Amino acid sequence: MYLLQEIIFVFFTLLTLVSAVYMAITTNVIYAAFSLLLTFIGVAALYIFASAEFIGLTQIMIYIGGILILIVFGVMLTNKVGNQPIRAKSINTVSGLLLSSALFTLLMNSIMEINFSKLPWIKNGLMVSGNTTPIIGVNLMTQYLLPFEIIAVLLLVALLGASLIAGRKDN
Amino acid sequence: MTIDIIFKLILIASIFGLSLVTAMYSTLAERKFAGFFQDRLGPDRAGPYGLFQPLADGLKLLTKEEIIPESANTFLFLAGPSLAMLTACMTSAVIPWGTYIEVDGHKLPLQVADINVGILFVFGVVSLGVYGVMIGGWASNNKFSLLGAIRGASQNISYEISMGLSIIALVMITGSLSMREITDQQSGFHGMNWYVIKQPLGFLIFLICSFAETNRTPFDLPECETELVGGYHTEYSSMKLGFYLFAEYINMFISSAVMATLYFGGYNFPFMHDLGLSQNVVAMLGVGALFIKILLFIFFFMWVRWTVPRFRYDQLMRLGWQVLIPLAILNIIITGGVVLFFQ
Repeated sequence: MYLLQEIIFVFFTLLTLVSAVYMAITTNVIYAAFSLLLTFIGVAALYIFASAEFIGLTQIMIYIGGILILIVFGVMLTNKVGNQPIRAKSINTVSGLLLSSALFTLLMNSIMEINFSKLPWIKNGLMVSGNTTPIIGVNLMTQYLLPFEIIAVLLLVALLGASLIAGRKDN
Repeated sequence: MTIDIIFKLILIASIFGLSLVTAMYSTLAERKFAGFFQDRLGPDRAGPYGLFQPLADGLKLLTKEEIIPESANTFLFLAGPSLAMLTACMTSAVIPWGTYIEVDGHKLPLQVADINVGILFVFGVVSLGVYGVMIGGWASNNKFSLLGAIRGASQNISYEISMGLSIIALVMITGSLSMREITDQQSGFHGMNWYVIKQPLGFLIFLICSFAETNRTPFDLPECETELVGGYHTEYSSMKLGFYLFAEYINMFISSAVMATLYFGGYNFPFMHDLGLSQNVVAMLGVGALFIKILLFIFFFMWVRWTVPRFRYDQLMRLGWQVLIPLAILNIIITGGVVLFFQ
């Protein structure tokens, strides 16, 4: 049973990493969009492995069912302008590689130094078993109400701005 | 432990088989009903009452020449119908098909996976379902296919919102996202405490949205043959076309099952606890009750298809954004008020 879990975990980790790398290096925009789909699925599966099935499924609904569809939409409509498929070229390879590896080292270092298993909120989280959805709901409406409302207002402003830009009639 | 795993495997195989058989015979039923509504006979040559027609159709699709357009993207062209079929079959895992049966003192629930976020799983799979249409339509490299794919995608994301909002009102009453728990809550009042009584508006919105999500008439604009030849599957032939058509019928079966489970009591049937029958018999009768409900919903889907004409595209968008979403929000507010009042 444990071995099976291990195999599934490795499978989804590899899926996430390989599709993310492929997305970065491919020159075909539509392939990049669809490998982003696989990355999102892999990340959602990793969330579910961390017993956060609510977050995992929300990730699928919002990122795959909403945001990625809009990206694919854009790519599909603009992919061929005058029979010439748009190709994404790789530029600034060296500096990009340096920057991302520096960021990776920084993150890796801090993750190693924090020692997550000793943190109090991780320990509290480990005690929660079973259904996490009611706990998330109650906490969002009590302890974290202010950030929640701020995010809601931010999204509303973004929505209004988007419809303002889309609906503007230039003379 | 082993008996559980063996039972799960049998369950998965039988659910898979049942959905395929139901979808297969839905195609025949659709043509029979179409005949009935249009005052003609429908298919009646293959076997008695045309009962072998689905087999003949399947064989025909399998033996047709397989054409992949030269300018199509082969990999994505093949991935499209496969993805459509995969996502159509996935939802059945979280639907509770019956209570539980007892074998040697083991309680074996008639459900593949009782996850506590079942409804979210259904929505996740529904949102994945768009990709089959989108990938296939784009990869065909055909204007009509692309238009069909874009229509399908925009229709799906528009109606997903009101579908989700109508479910939020339901979840406010149930207090749970688990499909099994929601079904069990409806077993009160002699198995008649169905949520459609408490959520009539929510059910109506959900019903309309499931028509849109399964691309059925009056929302079948992605494959609207009067404007778009065949829509997103114009370039498909042979069994790949068969997969797309078949996925539509499986989707119809599954969304009927979801509606029956969430709003019509699922496997609960009237007086289920008062008959004095053993648990196994009640469970089997419950499965039968669920299937009767599902078949009635499938009949409703077909009834609407051969009665109501197709929407225009702007009408479809207006209905989704300007009617259903405000109605769903109103439903949430009313439900919230009622829940607070009775607390």
